[in-house]
Amino acid sequence: MLAQISLHFPALQVVLPLIASPICMVLRRERAAWGVALVVSWASFLIAAHLLIQVLDEGVISYHMGGWPPPWGIEYRIDALNAFVLLLVSGIGALVITYAHKSVIAEISPDNRCRFYALFLLSLAGLLGVTITGDAFNVFVFLEIASLSTYVMVALGAGHDKRALSSSISYLIAGTIGATFFIIGVGLLYMATGTLNMMDLAARIADLGDSRTLRAAFAFIVVGIGLKLAIFPLHLWLPNAYTYAPSVVTSFVAATSTKVAVYVLMRFVFTVFGTRFEFQGLTLTYLFLPLALLGMFVPSIVAVFQENAKRMLAYSSIAQIGYMLLGISFATVAGLSAATIHLFNHGLMKGTLFMVLGAVAYRLRSTDIASMAGLASLMPWTMAAFVGGGLSLIGVPLTVGFISKWFLIQAALESGQWWIAALVVISSLIAAVYVWRVVEVAYLQPAPADSQATEAPLSMLIPIWVLVLANFYFGIHASLTTNMATRAAEMLLGAGT
Amino acid sequence: MISFTPQIALGTSLLLPLIGAVLIALSDKTPNRREAVTLVTAGLLFADVLYLLVHVVNGMRPRLELWEVIPGLNLAFEIEPLGMLFATVASGLWIVNSVYSIGYMRGNQEQHQTRFYVCFAIAIASALAIAFSGNMFTLFIFYEALTLSTYPLVTHKQTDEARRGGRVYLGVLLTTSIGFLLVAIIWTWVIAGTLDFRPGGILDGVAEPAIVPVLLALYMFGTGKAALMPFHRWLPAAMVAPTPVSAFLHAVAVVKAGVFTVLKVTVYVFGIDFLSATGASQWLMWLAAATILIASLVAMTKDNLKARLAYSTISQLSYVTLGAALATSMGVIGGGMQIAMHAMGKMTLFMCAGAIYVATHKTQVSDMTGLGRVMPFTFAAFFIGALSIIGLPPMGGAWSKFMLIMAAADRDEVVIIAVLMLSSLLNVGYLMPLVVRGFFSEAPAAALGSAATFAPMRGLREAPVLCVLPLCLTALGCIALFFYAEPIYRFLETIV
Repeated sequence: MLAQISLHFPALQVVLPLIASPICMVLRRERAAWGVALVVSWASFLIAAHLLIQVLDEGVISYHMGGWPPPWGIEYRIDALNAFVLLLVSGIGALVITYAHKSVIAEISPDNRCRFYALFLLSLAGLLGVTITGDAFNVFVFLEIASLSTYVMVALGAGHDKRALSSSISYLIAGTIGATFFIIGVGLLYMATGTLNMMDLAARIADLGDSRTLRAAFAFIVVGIGLKLAIFPLHLWLPNAYTYAPSVVTSFVAATSTKVAVYVLMRFVFTVFGTRFEFQGLTLTYLFLPLALLGMFVPSIVAVFQENAKRMLAYSSIAQIGYMLLGISFATVAGLSAATIHLFNHGLMKGTLFMVLGAVAYRLRSTDIASMAGLASLMPWTMAAFVGGGLSLIGVPLTVGFISKWFLIQAALESGQWWIAALVVISSLIAAVYVWRVVEVAYLQPAPADSQATEAPLSMLIPIWVLVLANFYFGIHASLTTNMATRAAEMLLGAGT
Repeated sequence: MISFTPQIALGTSLLLPLIGAVLIALSDKTPNRREAVTLVTAGLLFADVLYLLVHVVNGMRPRLELWEVIPGLNLAFEIEPLGMLFATVASGLWIVNSVYSIGYMRGNQEQHQTRFYVCFAIAIASALAIAFSGNMFTLFIFYEALTLSTYPLVTHKQTDEARRGGRVYLGVLLTTSIGFLLVAIIWTWVIAGTLDFRPGGILDGVAEPAIVPVLLALYMFGTGKAALMPFHRWLPAAMVAPTPVSAFLHAVAVVKAGVFTVLKVTVYVFGIDFLSATGASQWLMWLAAATILIASLVAMTKDNLKARLAYSTISQLSYVTLGAALATSMGVIGGGMQIAMHAMGKMTLFMCAGAIYVATHKTQVSDMTGLGRVMPFTFAAFFIGALSIIGLPPMGGAWSKFMLIMAAADRDEVVIIAVLMLSSLLNVGYLMPLVVRGFFSEAPAAALGSAATFAPMRGLREAPVLCVLPLCLTALGCIALFFYAEPIYRFLETIV
C-alpha cells in the first residue's frame, strides 16, 4: 500500500498542499486551518526527504503525469538539483508554519487568518511545482500560482501597516511583467522547437544551433526570471514587500521564493539552453558577472544605513542573490556548486533571521533597530538566535555562511580571477557591519526602563532554534550539502554537452 | 575500561574548558562555586596539558581526526613542539590569571562576572584548539572563535568607550582574517591541494616563486592577532577590557595565538628553506623591524600605563614575526622562546597595572609617583617583569633576544642586530620611569637599577592578596625561565 503511494510521491508533493489549501479556506476556524497547514507542510517535507533519498540512491526520477509519456504529457523530473531545492522549500515551509500560529494572531486581522493559511499552502504548492516540474509551460503556471498568492500574503500586512498595500501592488506589477516576459520567452521556444518538455527542448536547441528566435527567447526568459529573482537592478519591488509583509510571510518568502527563482534560472540557462549555446556564455560574462558584483556591493551598502531591521535584511537578501549570480556566471562546476550551496545556505540563514525579527515584532510591535535597545537582556534566547544567524550571514567558520564563502572564493581563484575573490571577502565584511549594528544595540545598550518585552513564546523559539542549529550543523558537516551541490553542478554542466 | 592515552588527553584538553564554561554558566547565582569551577577546570586542564607535554617531549605526536567538514578537509588536531609550548604557557598562566581575576573582579565589584568567566573559558578552549590544530583549516576556525569569544570581554563594561573599542577590535581582526587570511588559505588549498601542516611546508614545488611573497603577505597581514603594523590598532583598543583580560588574553592567549600562527605558517606551510631560497620574507623582516621600533616610540608617548604596555606588546610581538622572517632555524627557535618569555613578563606587567588600579584607581604613569613605597611587592614584580621584557639577565627574556640576535648574525643582517639593540634601549626608556617614579619619587635617575633599597614597610597599601600573589609568582617565573631555558631550546630544536 505504502509502496504503491510512494510511487506517486512526485505528484503528491504538489497536489497535497494544492488540495489542502481550499480546505483551510472553508474551515473558518483559524486553529483548525493552522492544524491542516501544519500537517500538510510536514507531510510535504517528509515527501521531499523521501524523494531526495530516492534520487541519491537511484538517480533521476521521471514521473509522467496522468500516465502520458513525455514530450506529450507533463513530466515531473527530479534530479540532484531540484530534489535539494524541494527539501529546502518544504523544510522552511514546515518550520515557518510551526512557528506561525502566534505571529499570525498578532499581525493578521481575524477575518484573514484562515485565508492566510490557504494562501500559504497555495504558495507552497506553487513553489514546489515550479521546482519539480520538467515542463517549461508548467513552470509558468506554478510560478504564477506562487506569485499571486504571495502578492495577497504581502497585502495581509495591511492590518498592521497600510504601506503593505502599495508594496503589494508594486510587487504585483513587477512580478507580472516578469511572468509575461517569461511566458513570451517560452512561447518563442515553442515556436522554434515545437516542444515544451525541458529535456526535449534541450536536445532540439542543441540541434538547431544559434538563431535570432532562440536569442530572443533566451533574453525574455532571463529578464523575466531576473525580475522574480530581484537581480540587481530589477529588485525595486523587494525591500518594501519584505518590510511590510507580515513576519511569517517574509520569513517564508525570503527563504524560498527567490531561491526557487535562482533554481529556474540555472535550469533554463544550463539544462535547457546548455553551454553550447554561445549567447549564453556572452550573457554570463558580460551581463551576469557585472550585475552580480554590483549586486554584492550596492545593496549591502544600502543595508548598512537602514533604520528598520527587516528592511536591512531585505537589502542584504538582494546582495546575497549577487553571490548566487556570481557563482552561476563562472559556469564551472566549482561556481555552480557554490551557487547551489549558497542557495540552500542562504535559505537557512535568512529564514532564521526573519523569524527572529518576527519574534521581536511579536513582543515589541516594531522592528526598528532603535527599538531593540537592550533587548538581549529581555529576550536572551531570541537575540542569541539573531547572533547565530548573523554570524552565519557574515560567514564565520562553523556556520553555513562560511561554507558558501569558501566555495565561492575557491571558484573565483580556480577560474584565475583573484580580484573577484577579493571583492567577495570585502562585500562579506559589509555584512559584518550591518549585522553588528543590531548586535551592539541589543547587547550593549541599556533597555528602556518601561519595557515590557519578555522572552518569545516557545512555539516560536523552537522552530527558530531548529534553524539556528541547522545553520551550524550544515556548517560543521558540510560534506552532505557540498557533495549534493557538486553533483547537481556536474549534472547541469553535463546536460549541455 | 579505556586507558587514558595521549590521544584522549588531547580531546580532553579541548573539551575541559568548554565543560567548565557550561558549569560556570550554571553557577551564576553562587559566585563561590563559580570561581571554584574556574579554578578546578584550570587546574585539571594544566595537569592534562602537562601529561601531553611529557609525551610530546618523548617524541610522540598525538593526533586526533574528527569529521570531514568539506570534502577533503578534516577537523584535525596534531600536537607538535611549537603548539605544545604555546598550550603549556597558556594553560599554566590561566591558573595564575584565574586567581588574579577573582581578586580583581571582586575587588572592583565588576558586573556580569559569570559572562566574564564563561567567555574566558571559551577563549582558552579556542586558544588550545589553535595550538593543537592539525591543519590550517582547523586553525582558522578556532582563530575566528577566539576573536568572537573575546569580544564580550573587551566590551565588558558596556560603556560607549567599550563599544568603540569593541568595534575597532572586531573590525580589524575580522577584516584581516576574512579579508586576507581566508583568501590565503583557500589559495593555498587551490594550488597545493592540502592544508596539512607538514615539516618542510606544502608549497615547495607547487607555488611559483613570484606569488610566494604575495601569499606570505596575505598570511602575515591576515594574522591580525600578531599586530604587525599597520594592522595593530585593535590591541590598544582592546585595553578598555578589565585588566585580567588585557593581562591574559592580550599579552598571552590572543596575541600569542597570532604570532604562533605566524611561526606555524612559516615553518609548516611555507617551510623555512623554501622561504630563504626564494627570499620572499625579506620585506617582512624590514616591516617587523619597523614595527618593533615605531611601536616602542609610540609607547614612550603614552601616559596611560595600559596603553603603554599595549604598544610595548605590539613591539614585542614583532620580535616573533622577525624571527619567522629571518627564516633560519635559530630565528624560529628564538621566536618560539619569545612566545614563552614575553608571555610571562608582559603578564606580570599587566597584572601589576591592574593591582595598582584596584588599590588606588590610578591609570596614568604620571600619577604613580611614590606608589612603590606603599606597594612594594607590586612594584618589585613590575621591575622584574620589565627587566625580562628589556632582555636583561637573569630574566628569561634575555634568551629570546639573544637567539634572535644570533639569527640575525647568521643572516649577516647588521641593521637588524642594531634594531634589536636599539629596541632594548627604548624598552628601558618606557618601562623604567615607572619603577623609578614608584620607588624614588624625587630621587635622581642615577639610582636606577638598585631595587634593593625598599622603602620602609609603614603604610602598606597593596591590592587584595589574590591580586598580588599571582603577579609575584609570574615575576619569579621570569627569573626561573632564565635558568631553565635549555629544555625549551632542546624541545624547539626538534622542529627545525
